[in-house]
Amino acid sequence: MSSGKTSSNTDVEGSENKEQRKQETPLWEIFIRGQHGLNHRHVGSLHAADAQMAINNARDVYTRRNEGVSIWAVKSTQIVASAPSDKEPLFDPANSKVYRHPTFFDIPEEVGHM
Amino acid sequence: MYSQIVKTDGTGVKSLADMTPEERAFQQRIDADQKIEPKEWMPDGYRKTLIRQISQHAHSELVGQLPEANWITRAPTLERKAILLAKVQDEAGHGLYLYCAAETLGISRDEMFEQLHTGKARYSSIFNYPTLTWADMGAVGWLVDGAAIMNQVPLQRTSYGPYARAMVRICKEESFHQRQGFHIMMQMVKGSDAQRRMAQDAFNRFWHPALMMFGPSDKDSVHSAQSMAWKIKINTNDELRQKFVDQTVPQAKYLGLTVPDDNLQWNEEKGGYDYSEPDWDEFYAVLSGNGPCNKERLQARVSAWNDGEWFRDGLIANAEKKQASGEVAA
Amino acid sequence: MASKNTTVSGLFEFLLQMGDSCLILSHRNSQWCGHGPALEEDIAISNISLDLIGQTQLWLALAGEVEGAGRSADDLAYLRDAFDFCNLLLVERPNDDYGLTLVRQFLFDAWHLPMLKGLMDSTDKRIAEIAEKSVKEVAYHLERSSDLVIRLGDGSAESHRRMQTSLDELWSYTGEMLEYDDLDPLLISEGVVPDGVAIADAWNQHVTQVAKLATLKIPDSDFVRRGGKNGIHSEHLGFVLAQMQFLQRAYPGAVW
Repeated sequence: MSSGKTSSNTDVEGSENKEQRKQETPLWEIFIRGQHGLNHRHVGSLHAADAQMAINNARDVYTRRNEGVSIWAVKSTQIVASAPSDKEPLFDPANSKVYRHPTFFDIPEEVGHM
Repeated sequence: MYSQIVKTDGTGVKSLADMTPEERAFQQRIDADQKIEPKEWMPDGYRKTLIRQISQHAHSELVGQLPEANWITRAPTLERKAILLAKVQDEAGHGLYLYCAAETLGISRDEMFEQLHTGKARYSSIFNYPTLTWADMGAVGWLVDGAAIMNQVPLQRTSYGPYARAMVRICKEESFHQRQGFHIMMQMVKGSDAQRRMAQDAFNRFWHPALMMFGPSDKDSVHSAQSMAWKIKINTNDELRQKFVDQTVPQAKYLGLTVPDDNLQWNEEKGGYDYSEPDWDEFYAVLSGNGPCNKERLQARVSAWNDGEWFRDGLIANAEKKQASGEVAA
Repeated sequence: MASKNTTVSGLFEFLLQMGDSCLILSHRNSQWCGHGPALEEDIAISNISLDLIGQTQLWLALAGEVEGAGRSADDLAYLRDAFDFCNLLLVERPNDDYGLTLVRQFLFDAWHLPMLKGLMDSTDKRIAEIAEKSVKEVAYHLERSSDLVIRLGDGSAESHRRMQTSLDELWSYTGEMLEYDDLDPLLISEGVVPDGVAIADAWNQHVTQVAKLATLKIPDSDFVRRGGKNGIHSEHLGFVLAQMQFLQRAYPGAVW
């Protein structure tokens, strides 16, 4: 049960004092394709001084050094993404083309697995 | 729980009618269980609360390494040494995933560290307690990670995409943490009298602080209500605490350990255990800096950061040299 | 070793040398967990430590088997006194700063990899097997430690200074790694362990190359500190063991 006290909690969002802060290593987005994987998947991000270090760190952080994995590192600022408001035009048309989904078709059993 | 008391900025949850059109659209997305992603419009309060919560959680992982790291050099077998080291390493990884998730909201990792080091930001109260015996490694894994899992599993469904995805990754790694702790306890209670005594002693010291991890009752908390409306908090503190007690008491019975609570009693009507209310004075004292290890924990983090400055700067200097000489793409 | 007697075979001693160095080095590295200079680095050095514990278990288990007195890897790690340990002096150096840790790792890796590669051809199949399991991990260790020495050596003025200071301080501990005088000559003549000259050459070549890229100066001194492989250690090992072995010593026979 709360004793009615609230602990001191000064504002903790990002401050404006960026110029006073030292240079930080850049943030990198990491993509990994497993040994038998088909494509690279985004697994997260990390900080590193340059691209090669990002890959080295990714091996330790995101694969715990499993063999045979392929790693891509991209500086976060280099990622170009679609804007959220674009969601409708880019994605809506496909929603109406239901026939693109395999479950739309009723295949008779005797045809076998499809 | 790793994020214990997270303030929101508002004075209460607005009704849909009182919201601006943007706020309404945003709330409706959340109500429809859609994920909010970085760069999408969000109320300022949502952003700020998330930064507080995620960074508090991240700081907890980081500081949380320390009580267990204490015992790596004293682990009693090579296998236990490896397991404990792997677990503590995981905590660093979890901190990393969470700091990265918070960064998508417009704050840098260095800024968050500064907040931690200057005492502006909090971390979970539990990590201000000392680890005094090897049995504490068992108790921490079993109880502290157990409590954390209780909160983390539902957070996999939290509204903010990067936070939810970080939680998925963390949950995958977390089950090993609780199991290794419980396994340590199992081994000890089967062992010598001295080991059994050690196990009971650790349980005695960690039981109540573990219950405090969930934070005080938030029945009347304006902040909790807002966080739940935004789906950055999924269960109430009381719900989680009750669930934790109900889950853990049978485990303690299995181990043959006595729960250090004379008021513990099964309540048939509610279908759960009645138990003593944690000492909230102790909780607030610990949060405000008077726990047994607050100073040491913070000092360890500050020293690690300061002592490591040359290393980080050296790597940046090398990267800049390479870039200047055209060796690598920026 | 003070407790050396005719029943301790040269092979047992060699296996202890391998296992004990991995153990003590792993222990030293693990002290950084939670205290590293960056999260990514904390995770990375813990991986090195974990690999080395795994290798320790393999070497010491085989040592116990060869000795034939029923001692397990844990018994050997936790119940011997310092004068029975055969690790290199290099690995028991304290973690003065992270630079020393990195340079130490580099100097050790540059020996460890060619040694393991040579051991893959050992006429003792059990040794060859352990070497094969370990060699991929250690190839990564060397790649990582070389990379960091280069980056920090050719980094800022301060990182360069620390790399150079560490190299200067640790140099006299490297000779012991490359010496074979203490080994049972049968081990070499029977092809159980590889030719020491080839390993020393590989070490010299790699270290020279990395130092150049790191803009570091190879110290002039020829002075070699030795004794670790024969159980004559520095004061540091006693403290390491007191900490590492405490539980097993305080609760004899307990199962953890």
